[in-house]
Amino acid sequence: MNNFKVMMNGIIKENPTFVLLLGMCPTLGTTSSAINGMGMGLATMFVLICSNVVISLIKNLIPDMVRIPSFIVVIASFVTLLQMVMQAYVPGLYATLGLFIPLIVVNCIVLGRAEAFAAKNNAVASMFDGLGMGLGFTLGLTLLGAIREFLGTGKIFDLTILPEEYGMLVFVLAPGAFIALGYLIALINSFKKAE
Amino acid sequence: MKKLESSLKNMLLVLTGVTVASVALLAYVNELTKGPIADANAKTLNEALKQVLPAFDNNPVAEADTVFGEKDGKKFVDFIIYPAKKGNEGIGAAVEAKSLGFGGELKVLVGFDSEGKIFNYSLLSHVETPGLGSKAADWFKKDQKGDIVGMNPGEKPLTVSKDGGQVDAITASTITSRAFLNAVNAAYQAYKGGDTQGNTGASQKYNEVNCPPDDEAIVDTVIINN
Repeated sequence: MNNFKVMMNGIIKENPTFVLLLGMCPTLGTTSSAINGMGMGLATMFVLICSNVVISLIKNLIPDMVRIPSFIVVIASFVTLLQMVMQAYVPGLYATLGLFIPLIVVNCIVLGRAEAFAAKNNAVASMFDGLGMGLGFTLGLTLLGAIREFLGTGKIFDLTILPEEYGMLVFVLAPGAFIALGYLIALINSFKKAE
Repeated sequence: MKKLESSLKNMLLVLTGVTVASVALLAYVNELTKGPIADANAKTLNEALKQVLPAFDNNPVAEADTVFGEKDGKKFVDFIIYPAKKGNEGIGAAVEAKSLGFGGELKVLVGFDSEGKIFNYSLLSHVETPGLGSKAADWFKKDQKGDIVGMNPGEKPLTVSKDGGQVDAITASTITSRAFLNAVNAAYQAYKGGDTQGNTGASQKYNEVNCPPDDEAIVDTVIINN
């Protein structure tokens, strides 16, 4: 499998949000607007790429029985690092996403990819896997966020498309996240069947 | 290279090694970002102060007065008062106050002029529902629906119209609106308390979020040891 295929695999065939259904907590929690979803997706992508590369480099040094705690330490370090850097240089984004950044540590995608891919492949392939999975996650979250923001407030990326009075507030709230995600997955599955 | 065996010695060494490397890296980055984080926070605070106070020429952050409260024997920051001066004459103060909203803690910076009228405010941090309670960031500003600018909580504590008050609550977010006004009232008490004598202030009782605040619970003045 070449690197490009590895990357596309994460974006389409095994899209973490719509196909693997991993990382549902940040998916439902942070997508109240398109920009929040995108920020969360990009932050996760950064951690995914770094942790995948480091874990594939040190995979032979880690005895099997302690691999999970070691992976978690690596992932948690990158998350903390990301948190400090964001706080220092992009305080605006940190103010909206700050609450969710520590949650990346327990995001199943990150540990899942470490186990399923990085622990078995070399560093370059792992980087592309992280990039692909991260882009797939970002795409899923941005799409879901845009749909919820549009249906809930009539805006996309803060650009008003419909007056706010026409918005259905439920889509900004938690139940709307489930409804929108359910319909999106159904839509994607029906497209797949048609192919 | 062959994979390391899962012997006790290997496991101990590897886990220790991984954590030590991670701690070293984080400590280094922490040192690196400490300055920029402090700068970013100070900048945010200064911009908020400029926004909520009449034009001033002193440094309110340097002259800030912190009012401590006591709860369960622990000391915690209750209010921070930033006095504003123009040519040595006090023209008001901004007070940072907290309240319990729908989603959690709500932190507001309220600016008062020298007569105790609300000049402007800024929502510093909150965890309210996006699209509902989060509207508090602009809702109560000048010329908005719930305009509180120019009101004086000293004459009558601010309450939402549902509770017989004079302020329109945010649509579908009465709890957030109540919490916000509670914080503003408490900020006023702290501002007045800080004005007269140093050792009294006001502490706001955290209301149960889902029941309307009764009169005596909105603002409760207590003696604070500091």
